Amino acid sequence: MFPTPIQHRGRGTQISYKIMLPVLCIGWLLPLISVAVFSIKPGADFTVGNYWGVPGSFELMENYGRVFLASDMPRYLLNSLLVTVPTVIGAVALSCMTGFALGVYKFKGNLLIFFMFIAGNFVPFQILLVPVRDLSFDMGLYNTKTGLVLFHIAFQTGFCTFFMRNFIRTLPRELIEAARVEGVAEWRIFWFIVIPLVKPAIAALSVLIFTFIWNDYFWAIVLTQGVEHAPVTAGITSFNGQYRAAYNMMSAGSIVAALPPVLMFFMMQRHFIAGLTLGAVK
Amino acid sequence: MTSLQHIGLKNKLVVTPWLFLLPGLLFFAFYVLYPIVQSFNISFYKWDGMGVPEYVGMKNYEKLISDRAFEISLWNNLKWLVLYLLAIPGGLAVALFLNQTVAGIRLYKSLFFFPFVISQVIVGLVFTWFYDPRFGLLNHLLTLIGLEPISVLGDPSTVTYGIIIAGLWPQTAYCMILYLTGLNALDPEQVEAARIDGAKGFRMLWYVILPQLRPATFIAFVVTIIGALRSFDLISIMTRGGPFGQSRVLSYYMYEKALSEYGFKMGYGAAIAVVLFLIMLVFIVGFLVSIYRQEREFG
Repeated sequence: MFPTPIQHRGRGTQISYKIMLPVLCIGWLLPLISVAVFSIKPGADFTVGNYWGVPGSFELMENYGRVFLASDMPRYLLNSLLVTVPTVIGAVALSCMTGFALGVYKFKGNLLIFFMFIAGNFVPFQILLVPVRDLSFDMGLYNTKTGLVLFHIAFQTGFCTFFMRNFIRTLPRELIEAARVEGVAEWRIFWFIVIPLVKPAIAALSVLIFTFIWNDYFWAIVLTQGVEHAPVTAGITSFNGQYRAAYNMMSAGSIVAALPPVLMFFMMQRHFIAGLTLGAVK
Repeated sequence: MTSLQHIGLKNKLVVTPWLFLLPGLLFFAFYVLYPIVQSFNISFYKWDGMGVPEYVGMKNYEKLISDRAFEISLWNNLKWLVLYLLAIPGGLAVALFLNQTVAGIRLYKSLFFFPFVISQVIVGLVFTWFYDPRFGLLNHLLTLIGLEPISVLGDPSTVTYGIIIAGLWPQTAYCMILYLTGLNALDPEQVEAARIDGAKGFRMLWYVILPQLRPATFIAFVVTIIGALRSFDLISIMTRGGPFGQSRVLSYYMYEKALSEYGFKMGYGAAIAVVLFLIMLVFIVGFLVSIYRQEREFG
């Protein structure tokens, strides 16, 4: 293990390490902690300039209650959910198939197509902006959740294919060969042998894509506008416009908007990290 | 197996992969590949997004050369690219600090990773308020220790650095998690052998540990470079490119030209996008070459 385990060090080092851990952690999260503190202050604190003093009162319920009951925030959250979940399902489904094709079969152009998916995943969004917006207009999908979902599925297929193909390559080939010799149809090999084996990859990918799409801002502002369809990342700016200078409300709104991926992360931590670090070790 | 069956199987193995590829490939071609080609095409036109595009040849690109705002954006992109790489040693340092087994360490790792999970929109808001000259925590702390308050985002000379620091926060967390995973998979025998040979501290890190962390470092470089060139959300949220356009980068400038209140200059925007694309292409090709070599090695 590197660095040397702290247990093998002197008592002084051990104690200072245990003190430094929480101190550095609080320092690291300080900007976030300050927002959390803002979010439970009363509005009056901001009008009288009591920013960092003791809060005049604790308004946790009041502030968050207003976010949920008296603003468009629930609508934005719902929009985000309705964009994110279908995207996850679509992108994972498509990439199971592309990953299977590229991971199992040897054919001309295999590596070329694989590289094309990887490269596509890295291109700047701006090179797609004008044509994708135009396509969405032409298909009547501008400012609809469907339009956003279809684009997200297509773009995420690049990364997901990369992920799935590499995962499928680690499966024992003998399994597939044996099934073939038995005369099992290829689609049955896919459905009954490969899919059950890639379940961990599907879990990891789903959590990752959920977070990526939930947090997407660029396409949200390019392809949607207004409370009807805009996801929460785009909606937060109008929310903040509504509560101009009411920093307690804006803070509470931000925390609510950030929460779903955070919950997802804490519930599915193992899968999330497994997905994010695929390839980080040989 | 008879030869007829053999041919049947071979045919199946030729057709099947394409059937599985087809849906994904169609989606990808329609929404990613074709638009890239289209953007190149549009960059030769003057177009407001509605009327008939007017062919102008290389005019948009010629205009870029003398466009001061483009030049500033390009420089800022370079700053992002160089400074964003600090996330890699930063992430390694945090990972080394956290790679211990003490009570509660799992929670600490999660908390340090936390900024990466939050959307950049929220990170942008959080840091805007953190920097705020009137009520921000940063200036509150500065005045507590007797320093003058500063307006990080209001000053053209500091604004880009202020935004980059906000970006480094989640990016460092990302690199940290890559390195933590790498450190977990170190070969204990090599480490112990080196220790017996008297290696320790920085020399140990440099000669024994880092070579084993190479896969993690590679991915950290890829995601950090791409992340730096993609920076958009933070700029849009924190400054909208200001003050006086001093915090623009190509991605934001392109968006501004193509879709903002200043009018819809799709052709000019597309030309900026093409430049950004070509810059990124250099890195993308580099990554692909590396991945290709790895494929060769490990089959």
